[in-house]
Formats: sequence, structure tokens, C-alpha cells
Amino acid sequence: MCLAVPMRVEEINGSRAKVDSAGVKVEVDISMTPEVKIGEYVIVHAGFAIEVLKPEEAEETLRLFREIAELAEGESNEVP
Amino acid sequence: MRVMKFLEEFRDLDLAKKLAQKIRETARKDKITLMEVCGTHTMAIHKFGIRGLLPENIRLISGPGCPVCVTPNQYLDRAISFSFKENVLVTTFGDMLRVPGSSMSLELARAQGGKVKMVYSPLEALKLARENPEIKVVFLAVGFETTSPGICVTVAQAEKEKLKNFLVLVGHKLIPPAMEALVKDKRIGVNGFICPAHVSTIIGLAPYQFLARDYGIPCVVAGFEPLDILQGIWMLVEMIEAGEAKVKNQYQRVARESGNKNAQRLLEKFFEPVDSEWRGLGVIPKSGYKLKEEFSHREAEKMIPVKVEETREHKGCRCGEVLQGLIEPKDCPLYGKVCTPESPVGPCMVSSEGSCSAYYKYVGI
Repeated sequence: MCLAVPMRVEEINGSRAKVDSAGVKVEVDISMTPEVKIGEYVIVHAGFAIEVLKPEEAEETLRLFREIAELAEGESNEVP
Repeated sequence: MRVMKFLEEFRDLDLAKKLAQKIRETARKDKITLMEVCGTHTMAIHKFGIRGLLPENIRLISGPGCPVCVTPNQYLDRAISFSFKENVLVTTFGDMLRVPGSSMSLELARAQGGKVKMVYSPLEALKLARENPEIKVVFLAVGFETTSPGICVTVAQAEKEKLKNFLVLVGHKLIPPAMEALVKDKRIGVNGFICPAHVSTIIGLAPYQFLARDYGIPCVVAGFEPLDILQGIWMLVEMIEAGEAKVKNQYQRVARESGNKNAQRLLEKFFEPVDSEWRGLGVIPKSGYKLKEEFSHREAEKMIPVKVEETREHKGCRCGEVLQGLIEPKDCPLYGKVCTPESPVGPCMVSSEGSCSAYYKYVGI
């Protein structure tokens, strides 16, 4: 029930915004994220944007995954 | 098909296997029990086969993280009574429709002439109230901290438009008090908590600090994608092996340390915490919400008098113990026999995020 998906903001009209995810377009309330700008991604739950996604943090998390994976790979190679 | 950005990058199977290997190397203790307290995590763990990737000494158990599952029969019975009342329309998220109350579900009530309509957002319910001034539209406000701020926005809008016929039956629950009830129960024995991604997006990290500080249990807020969950598990295992108990955030791209302040202000303005009954866990202090006095004219319970049938529990159903992580779905005598997703007896089998339903779908009988 707490599922919420990242959707790209395409149009803002007061406390409402048109958002898109893989071609699915819906209108959502953005009064909890008033700072959001067109082109940014919001996390949408039951018709409300509950937070703005930080792309640089997403990148950082992905970079961390890769780093951990490389580490795991390196260590496993050492095992005879 | 177009790619869902910020979702699919977090589902890379190769990376997942390597993360799992890292977890295997880090987990040295004989037995590490981790609990996820969010139904969306439960679903994702089953769907992406996370358990199969983990070493045997790591046990994942599910907590009471499905709002539909923890909603007590009495709430449903009241909603069903509303649906049979003249000039009343009950609106609800789809998850609630098939949950059995004491003698029937909302779906069955509808088949018998009850007025029940499914909506995706409380704003749709508000629209129905706007378009049908002659009827009272009751929205079943169920859900955790992810969902409750949206109800505040909707009630605020109803106030602004002076739509007197929009009412809510508040069944909202708060996650941290339930986690406290779980750790106080000595039977459960949790070594670490995987904290819910979107509840934490609203409330931030501070409400979990007591678990680390007072109970020595590390907590990690993790996203819902497989790589998020695996990294969250790795962060927990690292802390457990180092004898550390902190609250950490894996879901940095969305959840801020202090949460969403706008949402928190809404919750403070509209709701006050009250003692609340959870299916299986009983009454937990300050674990639910009711509307503040100045908005009590929006409380369906107060504005629509109905007779509610006496609560009856489902015989043999062990959802209560499943919700506390005390037993696995297959340990319930009804599981897969009389209780299946097609014909559910208990709420854990109804909701797609219920432990029994997820187990049935991905593990089998």
C-alpha cells in the first residue's frame, strides 16, 4: 500500500501538476512538495507527490552498488 | 516499452548477486533475524527472490506492515454498516474491498446493495462529494504515515470548499509505536529493522532513534527495489557484526533525514495520536490518529450513527501471529487449504501485500 513511483513533472498549475512515468500521464497534488520544478521527479502515492527525488543521490547509490560489487568480485578472485 | 527511470537501474541482477555475496562474507553470526515492517518490502522480497540470495544464517521475517491487514474487524464492520445507510456512499482504496469483516466484506456488502466505490486517491472521493451534494461520501482513511498526509490535504480542501458531505472514517496507524510493541515482546527477537521507505520519507529518521538507543537494535531505511533491499540488509549486517546500533538511511535519493516537513505540519494540524487497536497486536498506545476537535465534523463515526454488529474473529485464522513475525504463513492450519487468495479467510491473504498472499504467490503451498 505504501508503493509510490517516481514520475517526471511536466506541467505545474498551482498545487497541481501533470506528471509522467513511461508514458502514463496523471495529475497529482504537489502541496507537500511546493518547491518542485518542471523536469524534476516526484514520488507519487495515492494522488500526492510525497517527495522530490534527488538524481545525484540516485547516482551515488548506484555508484556505491558498483563499488561493493567490485569489492565482492575482487575478494572472490582471491579465493583459490 | 519505455524504461521507468529511477526504478529499473535498481533491479540489476548481476549487481544483486554480488551484493548478496558481500552480505554472505559479512554475516558471521550463527543467526541474524531481520524484520521488515512494510508490506511493500514483503512483496518486493518475495517477488525478487531476495531470500534465495541470502545465506542461511540470515532470517527475514515480516512484521505488521500492511495497513489493510492490521485494520481490525470492527472498523470494517462499521464501514459496511455505513454502506447500507440511505444517502451514504463508502469510498475506499481497492485493497480494502475483499477483506472479510465479522460477517462479510465490503465487496459482498456491495453485491447485497451496499453503496461502495473504489477510488485511487482520497481526492477522487472528494470529487464525488462535490458532484453529489445530496449524499454523504465517506472515505475509508486507512494507511500508515505515507498515506495520512494526503488525507489532511483532502480534508483541508473540503474545508476550503465548505463541502459538508465529505467525511472520513479514520483508521490510520503509526509505524514506530508498533515497532516498540514488537521489541517489547520478548518472543520475537529482532536483531535489526528494515524501515519502510515511504513512511520514513514522511517522518524522517528521528522517530526510530529510540530503537537503537534504548533497545540496541540497528535500523536502516531502505528503498523498495531489490538492490536497495540488499544494500539495506548489508548495512544492517555490518552494524550487527560490529556490535553497533544506529539508524542509517539507504534511501538517500528520496528520504531526507528530517523527513518531509510540509507533510509533518499537515499531520500535526489535522490529527492527534490516540491509542489504537491493531489486528493481532491489540491496543498499542498512541499508535493511531483521530481528527482534531476542530475537524471532528468530518468524522464519519460521529456524523453518521449506525448500529455495528458484534465483532467476531475468524475461527482458526492465525493472521495475528503472522503479523508479529511469530509464525510463517505455512504454519497456519488454514493456509492454502481453506484460506487462499481466491477465497481468503484472513486479511493477510487478501491484501496483495499481506504476508500470506505474497507467500502463496511466490513460495506456494
